[in-house]
Amino acid sequence: MWRRMAHLDWGFLHARKHLMELVCPAGNLPSLKAAVDNGADAVYVGFKDDTNARHFNGLNFTDRTFQRAIDYAHERGRKLFVAINTFPTPAGFRRWKTAVDQAAEAGVDALIVADMGVLDYARERWPELRLHLSVQASVTTAEGIGFYHDNFGISRVVLPRVLSVRQVAQVVEESPIPVEVFGFGSLCVMVEGRCLLSSYATGRSPNTYGACSPASHVRWEETAEGTDTRLNGVLIDRFGAGEKAGYPTLCKGRFRVGEHVFYALEEPTSLNTLSILPTLRKMGVAAIKLEGRQRSPAYVAQVTGVMRAAIDECLKNPENYQPRERWMRELESVSEGAQTTLGAYHRPWQ
Amino acid sequence: MKLSLGPITYFWERREVLDFYEQVAASPVDIVCLGEVICSKRRLVTFEDWLAIGRELEQAGKQVLLSSLTLLEAASEVGALKKLCARQDVLVEANDVTAIQLLTAAGRPFVTGPSVNIYNHRSLRLLADKGLKRWVLPVELGLETLQELQAQRPAGVETEVFALGRLPLAYSARCYTARSHNLPKDDCQFKCLDYPDGRLLETQEGGEFLVLNGIQTQSALTHQALMQIPELQALGVDVLRISPQHQGTLRIIGIFDSACNGAALEPLNEELNSLLPVGACNGYLLKRAGMDHDDTQAA
Repeated sequence: MWRRMAHLDWGFLHARKHLMELVCPAGNLPSLKAAVDNGADAVYVGFKDDTNARHFNGLNFTDRTFQRAIDYAHERGRKLFVAINTFPTPAGFRRWKTAVDQAAEAGVDALIVADMGVLDYARERWPELRLHLSVQASVTTAEGIGFYHDNFGISRVVLPRVLSVRQVAQVVEESPIPVEVFGFGSLCVMVEGRCLLSSYATGRSPNTYGACSPASHVRWEETAEGTDTRLNGVLIDRFGAGEKAGYPTLCKGRFRVGEHVFYALEEPTSLNTLSILPTLRKMGVAAIKLEGRQRSPAYVAQVTGVMRAAIDECLKNPENYQPRERWMRELESVSEGAQTTLGAYHRPWQ
Repeated sequence: MKLSLGPITYFWERREVLDFYEQVAASPVDIVCLGEVICSKRRLVTFEDWLAIGRELEQAGKQVLLSSLTLLEAASEVGALKKLCARQDVLVEANDVTAIQLLTAAGRPFVTGPSVNIYNHRSLRLLADKGLKRWVLPVELGLETLQELQAQRPAGVETEVFALGRLPLAYSARCYTARSHNLPKDDCQFKCLDYPDGRLLETQEGGEFLVLNGIQTQSALTHQALMQIPELQALGVDVLRISPQHQGTLRIIGIFDSACNGAALEPLNEELNSLLPVGACNGYLLKRAGMDHDDTQAA
């Protein structure tokens, strides 16, 4: 009996590995352990500098913690990816090279890269290294994927969060390589890698500096009516006395257009694909990525655990799969504004 | 330095577009980019119209390019792009890697617009090897980075700088103009026609901050590099780009033409600023927030 169960379990793990990989975020070692312990197939991390798109204080990995991260993941049969996904200018290019070399020498399973110059360097210096195309490369078509595949031999692409389910299916169908999509987390409503909103307001660019709406430029002002939140002086939102003031992410503020004050670009909400997992599986999506390297180990543990359970359920029993009430509740509890959306996957959102 | 006119980023009536380019033909710009770069639903000007406008402009001595759609989503959009890139009789400005792939596969030379991310010498060299003839510096990069890039620029590649226009800041699946009317994208009722310079988005205290232009978000302030023309010349920039606005574009072209030919900058700058819908900014050139404005400081 035990033997039979073990056999089943193994077969199931095998299937899972080949059907839909769960890729989880980690901003530090405790988060990485939380991801691995709760069922991540792969964990993605970044170094402690501007070479990655979550360049925040107190986040990311040094030489020493990085080696421990790789060891922890590899000892448990999981993969470690490193995001080197910002765009260097000539003056800083050496730092990106160093990041590529450090990751490759340590034996990571893949680099997640956006910039053509960095891809070119990584391919030339490390011909065997697996390269994934970052969402920051802003590629939405099979032909665009073809460019990076032909020139740099990338083996996976992460799609921007701007395509509908039908459009994702089309890209997966025509793509020369496997496709990874976002499954949960904070939602970029603009196509990634080509959004300059935060840099326009603060001078710090997500593309070159690796942070959107950086905390260094945020101001919370108590007023007679409540709280104002500002980004480099620009009023992003205004909260009444009873309202919970949210972080002033530029695209999620309330602005005036015509007569109306509203969330003109997007509500503070998180992407949640629990309800369409069978569709994503059926169309052949290779991996589901969770957003949130800047979040806590508790967040990583919770979201990884829920998505692991959901993906397992979806792979085992796709016909009868239904997102469980408890999963939805747990994900909503860690979402921006405590609400979730299917985002661009769902056409009416657009 | 040559002057180029970028594509019209807004949705204008067909008659207005035709009249506009008739005037452009008689203006001192050297290069004109035509075509719809924001939304494939804007079809008042047909592909045949663009070709006809292009022929007129070529007869007037302009170099003409057709600019490709910036954010490709639907299969039909990729189909239209394939048709465009297959034509031997038009030069294409690639605004997305998809167009670069199609053009290089066809063995054709190409130029890139401001939404193709070329941030360093290595990217520039790679694309030059594939047939890149001219590129536009990403708008968020300043003179300092431009200098580094110019120092390592491959032979045969021209550099263009976005010198006037509301900044192209972001692109989304979502149509913000439709959203601002509480309409779904699929039933947008072509509301963009009502906003020939885009729809203003203000902060709750009345700050003119952004402009909604369909799926694109622009700056409310107009980025302008007039006072930096001597430095851009010294850095060996080949082309300055002017992005059309609904009123005053022809005079703006005239102002830039005078400035490039050595006229005193201060009075021109004052006149230029008076022609802008909301006001001017130039922070990106000075390595600051894009919305900052400083006419006095030499970078």
